[in-house]
Amino acid sequence: MRLSRFTRGGFAIFAALVVTFLLGPLLVIVLFAFDKSNVQSLPIRHWTTHWFVVAFNDQAVRSSLWLSVKAGCAATLIALVLGTLVAFGIHRFRFFGRDTVSLMLVLPIALPGIVTGLALQSAFNIAHIDLSIYTIIVGHATFCMVVVFNNVVARLRRTSSSLIEASSDLGARPLQTFRLVTLPMLSTAIIAGALLAFALSFDEVIVTTFTAGAQNTLPLWIFGAIQRGQQLPEVNAVVVFVLILTIVPIAYAARISSGERSFGSAESK
Amino acid sequence: MSVREVTRERLGAALWRRPWLRGALILSPPLMWFLVVYLASLVALLVTAFFSVNSLTGNIAYQWTWSNFSQIFTQSVYGTIILRTVIMAVLVTVTDAVIALPFAFFIAKIASRRSRQAFLALVFLPLWASYLARVYAWINILSNHGVLPSIESHLGLPITNLAYTNVAMWIVFSYLWLPFMIVPIYGAFERVPDSLLEASADLGAGSWFTFRQILMPMILPGIVAGSIFTFSLTLGDFITPLLIGGSSSNFIGNAIYDSAINGGDLPFAAALAFVSIAIMAVYLLLARLAGAFDAI
Repeated sequence: MRLSRFTRGGFAIFAALVVTFLLGPLLVIVLFAFDKSNVQSLPIRHWTTHWFVVAFNDQAVRSSLWLSVKAGCAATLIALVLGTLVAFGIHRFRFFGRDTVSLMLVLPIALPGIVTGLALQSAFNIAHIDLSIYTIIVGHATFCMVVVFNNVVARLRRTSSSLIEASSDLGARPLQTFRLVTLPMLSTAIIAGALLAFALSFDEVIVTTFTAGAQNTLPLWIFGAIQRGQQLPEVNAVVVFVLILTIVPIAYAARISSGERSFGSAESK
Repeated sequence: MSVREVTRERLGAALWRRPWLRGALILSPPLMWFLVVYLASLVALLVTAFFSVNSLTGNIAYQWTWSNFSQIFTQSVYGTIILRTVIMAVLVTVTDAVIALPFAFFIAKIASRRSRQAFLALVFLPLWASYLARVYAWINILSNHGVLPSIESHLGLPITNLAYTNVAMWIVFSYLWLPFMIVPIYGAFERVPDSLLEASADLGAGSWFTFRQILMPMILPGIVAGSIFTFSLTLGDFITPLLIGGSSSNFIGNAIYDSAINGGDLPFAAALAFVSIAIMAVYLLLARLAGAFDAI
């Protein structure tokens, strides 16, 4: 398609507008977190880091942060093991119903989060399991597993099996081959998957609403505080903190698996 | 060789001779988890939709009843909620497609290779960033003394009161899900070889003709993939209606949230959740009938 310079310029201006639309709101959040005023409005007259101190010293914020970190780590660990195993199994073995299984595995992130959350709550209710940190972990591990699976299986598809065959031809035992050849080949994909899984768990609010019971994770605390409309300057500071904690691991994951597209699968809400 | 080494050797050999055993060992933990936790939960959801809540005790009565579904289909309030949700999902999907198409075209076919990487990173950034942070940003932007009214009064423009309206929801939903539409459409554009567009131009086709006849059929699968995201995410969200929407912003998502969390009526919420699954299924079916999956 041959486009005039005028048309190209028009497209460029439109693209700049879209980028402003995408990033502007994030900038607003960061700026307001440093606004001294109780009421967020422009222009910002006085700058402060006061609200970060307030948030850090807030006992409710601290305990919900701690719960989020614990649940996130546990869910990531489970997802790491299960997701890697299932990626291996699906990739290596041919069995009846294999396509169906790999299609079904994506269900937790393909169906609306509210369906997953409510389904888990129904199951816990029928099984008479009280909601606790363990039910949060079970829920998070289920959708985090999908992220790890996506990353590892994408890497497996791109690595040839000749290295593994060479290793066993040279006399390595299966477990030795796994430890010395397969695992190092997959390590960055596994780490990237784990980082994505943690970021996903750390920010998740929809499924968590239905599996947390009376406890608050950090996103649940933010959600509650916004709904009450109190402590909003503090919410700003906490939200910036969560923003950083979600962007950094995922950006790092994208870097270590650079050249791959699989980090696009990070999103799942 | 020690006894331990011998055992290990034998175990390894045994596993090597029986691939099905290795497969079963590797696959059974994750598939068991998936079966016991996830699929069983979906079944539990379906079963729960046919229970009811004892109005005296507030406990769930584990007896089969159609009352939840008959309530949804006979009370007009739920019809309104479902219709409102579907209209919003369609509006958001169309809006995102209209924004994403020229934008993705620009990144894939006009921008230089280097700026392409930068643009992609800028699209991925909001995709990665905390969902709650992005919703909260819009409260700061749209509220009565927020960023938008401040700018408007500064410029002497009439002040728009968008906070807590369905227009605000439309803007915020479109903002939240836009990257989900851009990424698959960009992928589709990228797969179109430049030579094809050149050939079309050489044969005398104008830009618009090339766009409609050559590009559009090739990127339609990308648009459909993106629309599945925007549709499903709009159906399942209750955070945005609760935080951004106002008194007339009852959507399926927050109706489910209200019955399950505030109303303590898990069975009714489960029935509503099945309505949203059904809408999603109908949407996929329509997309398929329209031939959207033929090219995949």
